[in-house]
Amino acid sequence: MSKVLIVAEHDGTTLNASTAKCVSCAHALAGAEITILVCAADASAVAAQAARLQHVARVVKVENPANEHLVAAVLAPQIAALAGAYSHVFGPSTTFGKDLMPRIAALLGTAQVSDIMAIESATRFRRPIYAGNVITTVEVEADGPIVGTVRTASFEAAPEGGTAAVESADVNVDLPAHTRFVSVSAAKSGRPDLQTARRVISGGRALGSAENFSLLYRLADKLGAAVGASRAAVDAGYAPNDLQVGQTGKIIAPDLYIAIGISGAIQHLTGIKDARTIVAINKDPEAPIFEVADYGLVGDLFEVLPELEKLL
Amino acid sequence: MKRILVGIKRVVDYNVRVRVKPDGSGVVTDGVKMSINPFDEIALEEALRIRERGGAEEIVVATIGPQDTQQQLRTALAMGADRALLVEHATPVEPLDVARVFLKLIEREQPFLVILGKQAIDDDNNQTGQMLAALWNRPQATFASRVELADGKATVTREVDAGLEVLEVDLPAVLTTDLRLNEPRYVKLPEIMKAKKKPLETIPLASLGVEPRQRVKPVRYEPPPQRQKGVMVKSAQELVEALKKKGLVA
Repeated sequence: MSKVLIVAEHDGTTLNASTAKCVSCAHALAGAEITILVCAADASAVAAQAARLQHVARVVKVENPANEHLVAAVLAPQIAALAGAYSHVFGPSTTFGKDLMPRIAALLGTAQVSDIMAIESATRFRRPIYAGNVITTVEVEADGPIVGTVRTASFEAAPEGGTAAVESADVNVDLPAHTRFVSVSAAKSGRPDLQTARRVISGGRALGSAENFSLLYRLADKLGAAVGASRAAVDAGYAPNDLQVGQTGKIIAPDLYIAIGISGAIQHLTGIKDARTIVAINKDPEAPIFEVADYGLVGDLFEVLPELEKLL
Repeated sequence: MKRILVGIKRVVDYNVRVRVKPDGSGVVTDGVKMSINPFDEIALEEALRIRERGGAEEIVVATIGPQDTQQQLRTALAMGADRALLVEHATPVEPLDVARVFLKLIEREQPFLVILGKQAIDDDNNQTGQMLAALWNRPQATFASRVELADGKATVTREVDAGLEVLEVDLPAVLTTDLRLNEPRYVKLPEIMKAKKKPLETIPLASLGVEPRQRVKPVRYEPPPQRQKGVMVKSAQELVEALKKKGLVA
């Protein structure tokens, strides 16, 4: 039987949706007993949310003022101290999990499997490599618990309706003072979160300026959609980095993805290939984005966007 | 000597469309163009800029691989690195063992800063920098898009899902680079000639006391499922009608 410890991602008050996706991944392990670990200064609100997820047996709180901001170097020794009792330690393949999980694995002297997209057995997993152009199946012979990050776009969120017990754990380890949180600038747009939105509209370099991105925002608001961007658009300064979709940005799986003025480099396509329906609007009929689009429209985005806004 | 250690990995070039071998035993690499991992080029560029500002005196680049990897180290020397270390090993080495090797190099070279790419574009693991920082018991600042050094500390802006996070870390520390940290310079011909005379030392991996072991064994490689090519519509009107019919928009 597998005993899985899932490291919760949260902002101090709200459990991130990526955690419920890790639960679904862990639940795919036969007979898994799932524990969610919440490290925070005050973990009560987040722990209560975690306890409501189905398939979760137990929620463990580790409360410490040092956990107010989730700093990998501070969290890793606390989690490693608890990890020995588990067969698997999972975190989301978000920037939070990517930063933290390898540090835990190294403290445990064990290997990590990154971006788990499917579970074949307790030791066998599928994961993408080469920007998703190759899928590999790996068999793990770990020297301790198997540490893994979960590719969140590959799993549905575990539903609510659970009633897990919440308990507290004391962890007595020295915490480093060498790494200090200074600030985080989170753009508050009021739009749906890019990683969980059912609809996403993304713009590329063809938008031409940050001002023109507002055309996209207007359409997104009409559709209740999140806004994304290609790397080229972010590099050009048209959109902030947290909107980037692709191999090194966010990997998303919305029901509807509308790519506007995006040519479709493989690094971008790897971020959207789990979308249910892809729409591409581009001036260039040869753009590679049309190879993966369910609906393609060749046209000038500055003519098509206002039309769409009127029609929707 | 104020020294920066930079990690270099030889990978299939960014522009190559990789193919799975017909028997699923691996990825075709014979006759394929190999290059420095793009994130590692950014790591080296950042180190060079720090040296150019007077923040470092020597830049050492290090890689693990077969003798062929010399090509990428020569390129790094041509970009401006002062010395190169080739930790020789014939087969691929996993991130945990790469971190163990780099810890040995740190003990030898005593850098005040180690800069690595956030991930290699072949395995996409995104592990080595974090593992190295853990084994070294030093700070990590991953996915860096801006680095400022002063008074034995680094202030690092990181690209995170929420936006931009700023961490302050004591040195020595491990940084891993994100795409927008800088734009690596092009190598000029005279520098390529000069790089041939720069020191490149080969160190057998076994001599470092690290015994690499494969813990994550690939058993099968396959291409991803292909999306069906869809339909082309002629107008915004036709597009909206199609989306409404599928219930994707109201």
